[in-house]
Amino acid sequence: MSAVVVENLTIRYGDFVAVDDVSFQAVFGEVTAILGPNGAGKTSTIETCEGYRAPTSGTVQVLEKNPFTQRTSLHSEVGVMLQEGGVYPSARVHETIAQYCALYNRGVDPATLLTAVDLESKASSTWRRLSGGEKQRMLLALALAARPRVAFLDEPTSGVDINGRDAIRHIINDLAANGTAVILATHELDEAERLAQRVVLFDHGKIVANAPLTTLRSARHELRFSSSPTLNVQELSAHIGLVVTHQQDQYVVRFDSADTSFSSELVQRVTTWLTTKNLPLNNLSIGAQRLEDIFRNLTGGTQ
Amino acid sequence: MSTLTTQLRAELNVVRRNGEQLLVTLGIPLLLLGFFSVVDVLPTNEKDPVNFLVPGILALAVMSTSMVSLGIATGFERTYLVLKRLAATPLGTTRLIAAKTLSIAVVEAVQMLLLISLGFILGWSPEQANWLLALCAVVLGTFAFAGIGLFLAGNLRGEVNLAASNGLYLVLLLIGGIVFPLDKLPGALSAISRCLPTAALSDVLRDALMSAGEHTTSSWIVLLVWAIAAPAVAAKTFKWN
Repeated sequence: MSAVVVENLTIRYGDFVAVDDVSFQAVFGEVTAILGPNGAGKTSTIETCEGYRAPTSGTVQVLEKNPFTQRTSLHSEVGVMLQEGGVYPSARVHETIAQYCALYNRGVDPATLLTAVDLESKASSTWRRLSGGEKQRMLLALALAARPRVAFLDEPTSGVDINGRDAIRHIINDLAANGTAVILATHELDEAERLAQRVVLFDHGKIVANAPLTTLRSARHELRFSSSPTLNVQELSAHIGLVVTHQQDQYVVRFDSADTSFSSELVQRVTTWLTTKNLPLNNLSIGAQRLEDIFRNLTGGTQ
Repeated sequence: MSTLTTQLRAELNVVRRNGEQLLVTLGIPLLLLGFFSVVDVLPTNEKDPVNFLVPGILALAVMSTSMVSLGIATGFERTYLVLKRLAATPLGTTRLIAAKTLSIAVVEAVQMLLLISLGFILGWSPEQANWLLALCAVVLGTFAFAGIGLFLAGNLRGEVNLAASNGLYLVLLLIGGIVFPLDKLPGALSAISRCLPTAALSDVLRDALMSAGEHTTSSWIVLLVWAIAAPAVAAKTFKWN
Protein backbone atom coordinates (compact mmCIF):
# COMPACT_ATOMS: atom_id res chain seq x y z
CA MET A 1 0.00 0.00 0.00
CA SER A 2 1.32 3.46 -0.87
CA ALA A 3 1.24 6.00 1.94
CA VAL A 4 0.47 8.92 -0.36
CA VAL A 5 -1.27 8.62 -3.72
CA VAL A 6 -1.71 11.73 -5.87
CA GLU A 7 -3.64 11.22 -9.10
CA ASN A 8 -4.23 13.82 -11.81
CA LEU A 9 -4.03 16.63 -9.26
CA THR A 10 -4.76 20.13 -10.56
CA ILE A 11 -4.79 23.24 -8.37
CA ARG A 12 -5.93 26.61 -9.71
CA TYR A 13 -5.93 30.04 -8.08
CA GLY A 14 -8.39 31.93 -10.25
CA ASP A 15 -7.01 31.69 -13.77
CA PHE A 16 -3.54 30.69 -12.59
CA VAL A 17 -2.78 26.98 -12.78
CA ALA A 18 -0.34 26.25 -9.91
CA VAL A 19 -0.36 22.46 -10.35
CA ASP A 20 -1.28 20.88 -13.66
CA ASP A 21 -2.47 17.27 -13.73
CA VAL A 22 0.29 15.67 -11.66
CA SER A 23 0.44 12.12 -10.33
CA PHE A 24 2.92 10.44 -8.01
CA GLN A 25 3.11 8.11 -5.03
CA ALA A 26 5.17 7.91 -1.85
CA VAL A 27 5.72 4.60 -0.11
CA PHE A 28 6.43 3.57 3.48
CA GLY A 29 10.05 3.32 4.53
CA GLU A 30 11.31 5.73 1.88
CA VAL A 31 12.20 9.40 1.69
CA THR A 32 10.51 11.00 -1.32
CA ALA A 33 12.00 14.37 -2.22
CA ILE A 34 9.74 16.95 -3.83
CA LEU A 35 12.03 19.27 -5.73
CA GLY A 36 11.48 22.25 -7.96
CA PRO A 37 12.19 25.93 -8.51
CA ASN A 38 10.19 28.61 -6.69
CA GLY A 39 6.62 28.67 -7.95
CA ALA A 40 6.87 25.19 -9.46
CA GLY A 41 3.88 23.91 -7.50
CA LYS A 42 5.64 22.02 -4.67
CA THR A 43 4.05 23.88 -1.76
CA SER A 44 0.55 23.80 -3.26
CA THR A 45 0.89 20.05 -3.75
CA ILE A 46 2.28 19.40 -0.26
CA GLU A 47 -0.37 21.60 1.39
CA THR A 48 -3.07 19.69 -0.47
CA CYS A 49 -1.62 16.43 0.85
CA GLU A 50 -1.55 17.95 4.36
CA GLY A 51 -5.26 18.84 4.07
CA TYR A 52 -4.85 22.63 4.04
CA ARG A 53 -6.55 23.02 0.67
CA ALA A 54 -8.87 21.04 -1.57
CA PRO A 55 -7.79 20.01 -5.09
CA THR A 56 -9.43 21.84 -7.99
CA SER A 57 -9.57 18.45 -9.67
CA GLY A 58 -7.97 15.05 -9.25
CA THR A 59 -7.57 13.07 -6.05
CA VAL A 60 -5.18 12.90 -3.12
CA GLN A 61 -5.14 9.99 -0.68
CA VAL A 62 -2.97 9.88 2.44
CA LEU A 63 -3.17 6.60 4.38
CA GLU A 64 -6.18 5.83 2.16
CA LYS A 65 -8.03 8.90 3.47
CA ASN A 66 -9.00 12.19 1.88
CA PRO A 67 -6.77 14.71 3.70
CA PHE A 68 -9.21 17.60 3.22
CA THR A 69 -12.46 15.95 4.32
CA GLN A 70 -10.99 13.50 6.88
CA ARG A 71 -8.42 15.89 8.27
CA THR A 72 -8.91 15.46 12.01
CA SER A 73 -8.81 11.65 12.03
CA LEU A 74 -5.94 11.55 9.53
CA HIS A 75 -3.77 14.00 11.43
CA SER A 76 -3.35 11.70 14.42
CA GLU A 77 -0.92 9.67 12.26
CA VAL A 78 0.61 12.41 10.12
CA GLY A 79 3.52 14.61 11.16
CA VAL A 80 3.84 18.06 9.61
CA MET A 81 6.85 20.34 9.70
CA LEU A 82 6.15 23.82 8.39
CA GLN A 83 8.93 25.67 6.60
CA GLU A 84 8.85 28.35 9.31
CA GLY A 85 6.79 29.51 12.28
CA GLY A 86 4.00 27.61 13.95
CA VAL A 87 4.95 28.42 17.54
CA TYR A 88 3.99 31.43 19.69
CA PRO A 89 7.14 33.50 20.44
CA SER A 90 6.62 33.38 24.21
CA ALA A 91 5.98 29.61 24.26
CA ARG A 92 8.58 27.51 26.04
CA VAL A 93 10.25 24.58 24.29
CA HIS A 94 9.37 21.83 26.77
CA GLU A 95 5.79 23.06 27.20
CA THR A 96 5.17 23.20 23.47
CA ILE A 97 6.64 19.76 22.87
CA ALA A 98 4.59 18.37 25.77
CA GLN A 99 1.49 20.08 24.34
CA TYR A 100 1.95 18.45 20.92
CA CYS A 101 2.72 15.03 22.45
CA ALA A 102 -0.57 15.32 24.37
CA LEU A 103 -2.51 16.57 21.32
CA TYR A 104 -1.34 13.64 19.18
CA ASN A 105 -1.66 11.21 22.11
CA ARG A 106 0.54 8.59 20.41
CA GLY A 107 2.57 7.67 23.47
CA VAL A 108 5.59 9.82 22.66
CA ASP A 109 7.47 10.88 25.79
CA PRO A 110 8.26 14.64 25.66
CA ALA A 111 11.56 14.21 27.52
CA THR A 112 12.73 11.51 25.09
CA LEU A 113 11.72 13.70 22.16
CA LEU A 114 13.66 16.66 23.59
CA THR A 115 16.73 14.43 23.77
CA ALA A 116 16.18 13.09 20.25
CA VAL A 117 16.30 16.59 18.76
CA ASP A 118 19.08 17.66 21.11
CA LEU A 119 17.16 20.48 22.77
CA GLU A 120 17.44 19.41 26.43
CA SER A 121 19.61 22.41 27.26
CA LYS A 122 17.00 24.70 25.69
CA ALA A 123 13.99 23.11 27.38
CA SER A 124 13.10 26.24 29.36
CA SER A 125 13.88 28.71 26.55
CA THR A 126 11.15 30.51 24.70
CA TRP A 127 10.77 30.09 20.94
CA ARG A 128 11.91 33.64 20.27
CA ARG A 129 15.27 32.93 21.94
CA LEU A 130 16.14 29.87 19.83
CA SER A 131 18.65 30.02 16.96
CA GLY A 132 17.57 29.17 13.42
CA GLY A 133 18.85 25.61 13.70
CA GLU A 134 17.21 25.09 17.09
CA LYS A 135 13.90 26.34 15.72
CA GLN A 136 14.12 23.83 12.85
CA ARG A 137 14.84 21.00 15.30
CA MET A 138 11.90 22.04 17.45
CA LEU A 139 9.57 22.12 14.43
CA LEU A 140 10.85 18.65 13.55
CA ALA A 141 10.10 17.53 17.12
CA LEU A 142 6.49 18.72 16.74
CA ALA A 143 6.19 16.51 13.65
CA LEU A 144 7.76 13.57 15.49
CA ALA A 145 5.29 14.01 18.38
CA ALA A 146 2.75 12.32 16.08
CA ARG A 147 4.88 9.16 15.89
CA PRO A 148 3.99 9.61 12.23
CA ARG A 149 3.28 6.95 9.64
CA VAL A 150 3.57 9.77 7.10
CA ALA A 151 5.75 12.85 7.66
CA PHE A 152 5.64 15.99 5.50
CA LEU A 153 8.84 17.96 6.11
CA ASP A 154 9.20 21.34 4.43
CA GLU A 155 12.82 22.53 4.11
CA PRO A 156 13.92 20.80 7.35
CA THR A 157 17.58 21.81 7.09
CA SER A 158 17.06 25.38 5.91
CA GLY A 159 19.27 27.75 7.91
CA VAL A 160 20.81 24.93 9.94
CA ASP A 161 24.57 24.63 10.59
CA ILE A 162 26.60 21.52 9.63
CA ASN A 163 26.23 19.76 12.98
CA GLY A 164 22.53 20.50 13.08
CA ARG A 165 22.13 19.18 9.54
CA ASP A 166 23.80 15.92 10.49
CA ALA A 167 21.43 15.55 13.45
CA ILE A 168 18.36 16.26 11.30
CA ARG A 169 19.52 13.87 8.53
CA HIS A 170 20.05 11.18 11.16
CA ILE A 171 16.49 11.65 12.48
CA ILE A 172 14.99 11.60 8.97
CA ASN A 173 16.92 8.47 8.04
CA ASP A 174 15.74 6.81 11.27
CA LEU A 175 12.15 7.77 10.51
CA ALA A 176 12.29 6.14 7.08
CA ALA A 177 14.17 3.11 8.45
CA ASN A 178 11.33 2.60 10.94
CA GLY A 179 8.79 2.48 8.13
CA THR A 180 7.56 6.07 7.96
CA ALA A 181 6.84 7.54 4.53
CA VAL A 182 8.83 10.80 4.55
CA ILE A 183 7.88 13.47 2.02
CA LEU A 184 10.65 16.01 1.94
CA ALA A 185 10.16 19.35 0.16
CA THR A 186 13.46 21.08 -0.34
CA HIS A 187 15.37 23.52 -2.52
CA GLU A 188 18.64 21.99 -1.35
CA LEU A 189 19.56 19.38 -3.94
CA ASP A 190 22.51 18.20 -1.91
CA GLU A 191 20.10 17.42 0.93
CA ALA A 192 17.78 15.50 -1.39
CA GLU A 193 20.74 13.59 -2.83
CA ARG A 194 21.84 12.55 0.66
CA LEU A 195 18.41 11.58 1.98
CA ALA A 196 15.98 10.62 -0.77
CA GLN A 197 15.35 7.26 -2.35
CA ARG A 198 12.81 8.76 -4.79
CA VAL A 199 12.71 12.15 -6.49
CA VAL A 200 9.65 13.97 -7.81
CA LEU A 201 10.79 17.03 -9.75
CA PHE A 202 8.33 19.86 -10.40
CA ASP A 203 8.64 22.63 -12.98
CA HIS A 204 5.94 25.13 -13.95
CA GLY A 205 3.25 23.10 -12.18
CA LYS A 206 4.12 19.82 -13.91
CA ILE A 207 6.23 16.83 -12.92
CA VAL A 208 9.27 16.57 -15.18
CA ALA A 209 10.88 13.61 -13.39
CA ASN A 210 9.50 10.98 -11.03
CA ALA A 211 11.84 8.09 -10.36
CA PRO A 212 14.10 6.46 -7.80
CA LEU A 213 17.19 8.61 -7.36
CA THR A 214 19.50 5.79 -8.46
CA THR A 215 17.50 5.30 -11.67
CA LEU A 216 17.48 9.02 -12.38
CA ARG A 217 21.22 9.31 -11.85
CA SER A 218 22.20 6.10 -13.64
CA ALA A 219 20.29 7.19 -16.74
CA ARG A 220 22.64 10.12 -17.21
CA HIS A 221 26.43 10.04 -17.03
CA GLU A 222 29.05 12.67 -17.66
CA LEU A 223 32.74 13.16 -18.19
CA ARG A 224 34.25 16.35 -16.77
CA PHE A 225 37.74 17.74 -17.18
CA SER A 226 39.68 21.00 -17.17
CA SER A 227 41.99 22.10 -19.96
CA SER A 228 43.05 25.14 -21.95
CA PRO A 229 40.36 27.82 -22.36
CA THR A 230 41.19 27.86 -26.08
CA LEU A 231 40.21 24.23 -26.59
CA ASN A 232 38.19 23.81 -29.80
CA VAL A 233 34.98 22.16 -28.55
CA GLN A 234 33.57 21.63 -32.07
CA GLU A 235 36.65 19.73 -33.13
CA LEU A 236 36.67 17.60 -29.97
CA SER A 237 32.92 16.94 -30.33
CA ALA A 238 33.46 15.72 -33.89
CA HIS A 239 36.35 13.53 -32.76
CA ILE A 240 34.47 11.72 -29.98
CA GLY A 241 31.02 11.79 -31.59
CA LEU A 242 29.38 13.46 -28.56
CA VAL A 243 28.56 17.07 -27.70
CA VAL A 244 31.18 18.81 -25.58
CA THR A 245 30.14 21.91 -23.59
CA HIS A 246 32.17 24.43 -21.64
CA GLN A 247 30.74 25.14 -18.15
CA GLN A 248 32.42 27.18 -15.45
CA ASP A 249 36.05 26.38 -16.42
CA GLN A 250 35.20 22.75 -17.07
CA TYR A 251 34.47 20.77 -20.22
CA VAL A 252 31.49 18.43 -19.93
CA VAL A 253 30.48 15.47 -22.08
CA ARG A 254 27.09 13.90 -21.30
CA PHE A 255 26.15 10.40 -22.38
CA ASP A 256 23.47 7.84 -21.55
CA SER A 257 25.40 4.58 -21.38
CA ALA A 258 26.43 3.16 -18.02
CA ASP A 259 28.62 0.60 -19.80
CA THR A 260 32.13 0.74 -18.28
CA SER A 261 33.86 -0.23 -21.55
CA PHE A 262 32.16 2.73 -23.26
CA SER A 263 33.33 5.02 -20.45
CA SER A 264 36.91 3.74 -20.74
CA GLU A 265 36.90 4.19 -24.50
CA LEU A 266 35.54 7.72 -24.14
CA VAL A 267 38.25 8.67 -21.66
CA GLN A 268 40.88 7.22 -23.97
CA ARG A 269 39.60 9.12 -27.01
CA VAL A 270 39.49 12.43 -25.12
CA THR A 271 42.96 12.01 -23.60
CA THR A 272 44.46 10.96 -26.94
CA TRP A 273 42.95 13.99 -28.69
CA LEU A 274 44.24 16.36 -25.97
CA THR A 275 47.71 14.79 -26.22
CA THR A 276 47.85 15.19 -30.00
CA LYS A 277 46.80 18.86 -29.59
CA ASN A 278 49.37 19.29 -26.82
CA LEU A 279 46.69 20.55 -24.44
CA PRO A 280 46.73 20.05 -20.64
CA LEU A 281 44.34 17.67 -18.84
CA ASN A 282 43.29 18.29 -15.22
CA ASN A 283 40.55 17.22 -12.78
CA LEU A 284 39.14 14.45 -14.97
CA SER A 285 36.10 12.70 -13.50
CA ILE A 286 33.53 10.35 -14.95
CA GLY A 287 30.35 8.88 -13.46
CA ALA A 288 26.68 9.38 -12.76
CA GLN A 289 25.44 12.90 -13.29
CA ARG A 290 24.89 14.98 -10.14
CA LEU A 291 21.30 15.69 -9.15
CA GLU A 292 22.00 19.40 -9.51
CA ASP A 293 22.88 18.91 -13.19
CA ILE A 294 19.90 16.66 -13.81
CA PHE A 295 17.77 19.34 -12.21
CA ARG A 296 19.26 22.11 -14.36
CA ASN A 297 18.78 20.08 -17.52
CA LEU A 298 15.15 19.25 -16.78
CA THR A 299 14.09 22.69 -15.56
CA GLY A 300 16.18 24.80 -17.90
CA GLY A 301 18.47 25.85 -15.07
CA THR A 302 15.89 27.91 -13.21
CA GLN A 303 16.89 26.81 -9.71
CA MET B 1 -4.93 14.80 29.83
CA SER B 2 -7.58 15.24 27.12
CA THR B 3 -6.94 17.13 23.90
CA LEU B 4 -9.29 19.91 25.03
CA THR B 5 -7.63 20.28 28.44
CA THR B 6 -4.21 20.33 26.80
CA GLN B 7 -5.20 23.15 24.49
CA LEU B 8 -7.00 25.05 27.28
CA ARG B 9 -3.82 24.95 29.31
CA ALA B 10 -1.82 26.26 26.32
CA GLU B 11 -4.34 29.10 25.82
CA LEU B 12 -4.14 30.12 29.49
CA ASN B 13 -0.33 30.03 29.35
CA VAL B 14 -0.42 32.53 26.47
CA VAL B 15 -2.67 34.86 28.51
CA ARG B 16 -0.53 34.44 31.63
CA ARG B 17 2.72 35.21 29.79
CA ASN B 18 1.39 38.19 27.88
CA GLY B 19 1.88 41.24 30.06
CA GLU B 20 -0.07 43.58 27.77
CA GLN B 21 -3.08 41.29 27.87
CA LEU B 22 -2.99 41.09 31.66
CA LEU B 23 -2.82 44.88 31.81
CA VAL B 24 -5.88 45.23 29.59
CA THR B 25 -7.91 42.43 31.16
CA LEU B 26 -7.12 43.03 34.85
CA GLY B 27 -5.00 46.13 35.37
CA ILE B 28 -7.07 48.78 33.57
CA PRO B 29 -10.54 47.69 34.84
CA LEU B 30 -9.32 47.48 38.46
CA LEU B 31 -7.50 50.82 38.13
CA LEU B 32 -10.51 52.61 36.62
CA LEU B 33 -12.90 51.21 39.22
CA GLY B 34 -10.61 52.09 42.10
CA PHE B 35 -9.60 55.55 40.86
CA PHE B 36 -12.99 56.91 39.77
CA SER B 37 -14.74 55.46 42.83
CA VAL B 38 -12.38 57.33 45.14
CA VAL B 39 -11.89 60.48 43.02
CA ASP B 40 -15.43 61.71 42.38
CA VAL B 41 -14.96 63.61 39.11
CA LEU B 42 -17.33 61.73 36.78
CA PRO B 43 -20.84 63.03 36.04
CA THR B 44 -22.43 59.74 37.12
CA ASN B 45 -25.75 61.09 38.46
CA GLU B 46 -25.14 58.86 41.51
CA LYS B 47 -24.46 59.86 45.08
CA ASP B 48 -21.74 57.26 45.24
CA PRO B 49 -19.96 56.81 41.86
CA VAL B 50 -19.05 53.19 42.62
CA ASN B 51 -22.72 52.23 42.18
CA PHE B 52 -22.60 53.56 38.59
CA LEU B 53 -19.11 52.27 37.88
CA VAL B 54 -19.26 48.58 38.89
CA PRO B 55 -21.72 47.40 36.17
CA GLY B 56 -19.94 49.50 33.52
CA ILE B 57 -16.50 48.23 34.53
CA LEU B 58 -17.82 44.65 34.44
CA ALA B 59 -18.88 45.35 30.84
CA LEU B 60 -15.40 46.77 30.17
CA ALA B 61 -13.86 43.60 31.61
CA VAL B 62 -15.94 41.44 29.27
CA MET B 63 -14.89 43.60 26.32
CA SER B 64 -11.21 43.56 27.29
CA THR B 65 -11.07 39.76 27.58
CA SER B 66 -13.32 38.59 24.78
CA MET B 67 -12.53 41.30 22.22
CA VAL B 68 -9.08 42.73 22.92
CA SER B 69 -7.26 39.83 24.56
CA LEU B 70 -8.79 37.07 22.44
CA GLY B 71 -8.62 39.13 19.23
CA ILE B 72 -5.00 40.20 19.62
CA ALA B 73 -3.81 36.73 20.65
CA THR B 74 -5.67 35.08 17.78
CA GLY B 75 -4.38 37.69 15.31
CA PHE B 76 -0.80 36.99 16.27
CA GLU B 77 -1.46 33.24 16.19
CA ARG B 78 -2.43 33.72 12.54
CA THR B 79 0.69 35.79 11.86
CA TYR B 80 3.01 33.30 13.58
CA LEU B 81 1.27 30.36 11.80
CA VAL B 82 0.30 28.82 15.15
CA LEU B 83 -3.24 28.23 13.89
CA LYS B 84 -1.90 26.69 10.68
CA ARG B 85 0.27 24.27 12.66
CA LEU B 86 -2.55 23.39 15.06
CA ALA B 87 -4.79 22.72 12.06
CA ALA B 88 -2.45 19.82 11.22
CA THR B 89 -3.04 18.11 14.59
CA PRO B 90 -6.01 16.00 15.72
CA LEU B 91 -7.26 19.01 17.75
CA GLY B 92 -9.82 20.13 15.15
CA THR B 93 -11.61 23.45 14.82
CA THR B 94 -14.38 22.64 17.31
CA ARG B 95 -12.03 21.80 20.17
CA LEU B 96 -9.79 24.77 19.34
CA ILE B 97 -12.78 27.14 19.62
CA ALA B 98 -13.99 25.33 22.75
CA ALA B 99 -10.56 25.75 24.36
CA LYS B 100 -10.52 29.45 23.51
CA THR B 101 -14.06 29.87 24.85
CA LEU B 102 -13.20 28.11 28.11
CA SER B 103 -10.05 30.19 28.53
CA ILE B 104 -12.17 33.34 28.17
CA ALA B 105 -14.60 31.98 30.77
CA VAL B 106 -11.75 31.29 33.21
CA VAL B 107 -10.27 34.79 32.77
CA GLU B 108 -13.69 36.44 33.03
CA ALA B 109 -14.47 34.51 36.22
CA VAL B 110 -11.24 35.83 37.77
CA GLN B 111 -12.07 39.36 36.55
CA MET B 112 -15.59 39.27 37.98
CA LEU B 113 -14.37 37.94 41.30
CA LEU B 114 -11.72 40.65 41.66
CA LEU B 115 -13.89 43.53 40.39
CA ILE B 116 -16.95 42.64 42.48
CA SER B 117 -14.72 42.17 45.54
CA LEU B 118 -13.11 45.57 44.95
CA GLY B 119 -16.57 47.08 44.39
CA PHE B 120 -17.78 45.78 47.76
CA ILE B 121 -14.60 47.08 49.44
CA LEU B 122 -15.27 50.52 47.89
CA GLY B 123 -18.85 50.54 49.17
CA TRP B 124 -20.84 49.17 46.25
CA SER B 125 -24.35 48.22 47.37
CA PRO B 126 -26.27 46.31 44.71
CA GLU B 127 -30.04 46.65 44.99
CA GLN B 128 -32.19 43.55 44.39
CA ALA B 129 -29.38 42.13 42.24
CA ASN B 130 -30.45 39.46 39.76
CA TRP B 131 -27.15 37.59 39.38
CA LEU B 132 -28.55 35.07 36.92
CA LEU B 133 -29.70 37.84 34.61
CA ALA B 134 -26.28 39.48 34.96
CA LEU B 135 -24.64 36.17 34.01
CA CYS B 136 -26.86 35.95 30.89
CA ALA B 137 -25.79 39.48 29.97
CA VAL B 138 -22.11 38.58 30.42
CA VAL B 139 -22.53 35.49 28.21
CA LEU B 140 -24.24 37.49 25.46
CA GLY B 141 -21.63 40.22 25.78
CA THR B 142 -18.87 37.66 25.50
CA PHE B 143 -20.33 36.30 22.25
CA ALA B 144 -20.74 39.82 20.85
CA PHE B 145 -17.23 41.02 21.70
CA ALA B 146 -15.57 37.72 20.78
CA GLY B 147 -17.25 38.02 17.38
CA ILE B 148 -15.86 41.53 16.90
CA GLY B 149 -12.41 40.52 18.12
CA LEU B 150 -12.26 37.43 15.88
CA PHE B 151 -13.57 39.42 12.91
CA LEU B 152 -10.64 41.83 13.27
CA ALA B 153 -8.18 39.00 14.02
CA GLY B 154 -9.31 36.94 11.07
CA ASN B 155 -9.00 39.73 8.52
CA LEU B 156 -6.16 42.03 9.62
CA ARG B 157 -2.43 41.44 9.96
CA GLY B 158 -1.16 40.96 13.52
CA GLU B 159 0.19 44.47 14.08
CA VAL B 160 -2.76 46.18 12.35
CA ASN B 161 -5.16 44.06 14.40
CA LEU B 162 -3.31 45.06 17.58
CA ALA B 163 -3.71 48.76 16.78
CA ALA B 164 -7.35 48.38 15.65
CA SER B 165 -8.36 46.37 18.74
CA ASN B 166 -6.74 48.81 21.16
CA GLY B 167 -8.18 51.81 19.29
CA LEU B 168 -11.67 50.32 19.33
CA TYR B 169 -11.26 49.49 23.04
CA LEU B 170 -10.49 53.13 23.80
CA VAL B 171 -13.41 54.45 21.72
CA LEU B 172 -15.88 52.02 23.31
CA LEU B 173 -14.51 52.83 26.76
CA LEU B 174 -15.23 56.52 26.22
CA ILE B 175 -18.59 56.39 24.44
CA GLY B 176 -19.89 53.03 25.61
CA GLY B 177 -21.58 54.18 28.82
CA ILE B 178 -18.86 52.64 30.99
CA VAL B 179 -17.45 55.67 32.78
CA PHE B 180 -19.62 58.45 31.29
CA PRO B 181 -23.42 58.16 31.31
CA LEU B 182 -24.80 58.21 27.76
CA ASP B 183 -27.10 61.18 28.53
CA LYS B 184 -23.99 63.29 29.08
CA LEU B 185 -22.88 62.71 25.47
CA PRO B 186 -24.01 64.99 22.58
CA GLY B 187 -27.40 63.92 21.12
CA ALA B 188 -26.24 62.22 17.92
CA LEU B 189 -23.30 60.52 19.61
CA SER B 190 -25.56 59.34 22.42
CA ALA B 191 -27.95 57.77 19.88
CA ILE B 192 -25.08 56.02 18.08
CA SER B 193 -23.65 54.82 21.40
CA ARG B 194 -26.93 53.16 22.35
CA CYS B 195 -26.46 50.86 19.32
CA LEU B 196 -23.02 49.73 20.52
CA PRO B 197 -22.59 46.46 22.42
CA THR B 198 -20.70 48.18 25.25
CA ALA B 199 -23.55 50.58 26.07
CA ALA B 200 -26.10 47.78 25.77
CA LEU B 201 -24.12 45.49 28.07
CA SER B 202 -23.50 48.28 30.61
CA ASP B 203 -27.20 49.14 30.61
CA VAL B 204 -28.49 45.59 31.10
CA LEU B 205 -25.88 44.96 33.80
CA ARG B 206 -26.98 48.13 35.63
CA ASP B 207 -30.55 46.91 35.38
CA ALA B 208 -29.71 43.40 36.58
CA LEU B 209 -27.47 44.50 39.46
CA MET B 210 -28.81 47.92 40.44
CA SER B 211 -32.35 48.04 38.97
CA ALA B 212 -31.08 51.18 37.24
CA GLY B 213 -31.22 50.38 33.52
CA GLU B 214 -32.38 53.21 31.27
CA HIS B 215 -33.45 51.51 28.04
CA THR B 216 -33.39 47.93 29.18
CA THR B 217 -35.58 46.33 26.51
CA SER B 218 -33.84 47.99 23.59
CA SER B 219 -30.44 47.29 25.21
CA TRP B 220 -31.23 43.53 25.44
CA ILE B 221 -32.25 43.59 21.76
CA VAL B 222 -29.07 45.44 20.74
CA LEU B 223 -26.93 43.03 22.76
CA LEU B 224 -28.69 39.99 21.31
CA VAL B 225 -28.26 41.24 17.74
CA TRP B 226 -24.54 41.84 18.29
CA ALA B 227 -24.19 38.42 20.00
CA ILE B 228 -25.63 36.68 16.94
CA ALA B 229 -24.35 38.88 14.11
CA ALA B 230 -20.74 39.47 15.16
CA PRO B 231 -19.73 35.77 15.54
CA ALA B 232 -21.61 34.94 12.33
CA VAL B 233 -19.71 37.60 10.36
CA ALA B 234 -16.44 36.52 11.99
CA ALA B 235 -17.06 32.86 11.09
CA LYS B 236 -17.93 33.83 7.51
CA THR B 237 -14.88 36.02 6.92
CA PHE B 238 -12.19 34.43 9.14
CA LYS B 239 -8.96 33.56 7.30
CA TRP B 240 -6.94 30.91 9.14
CA ASN B 241 -3.56 31.89 7.68
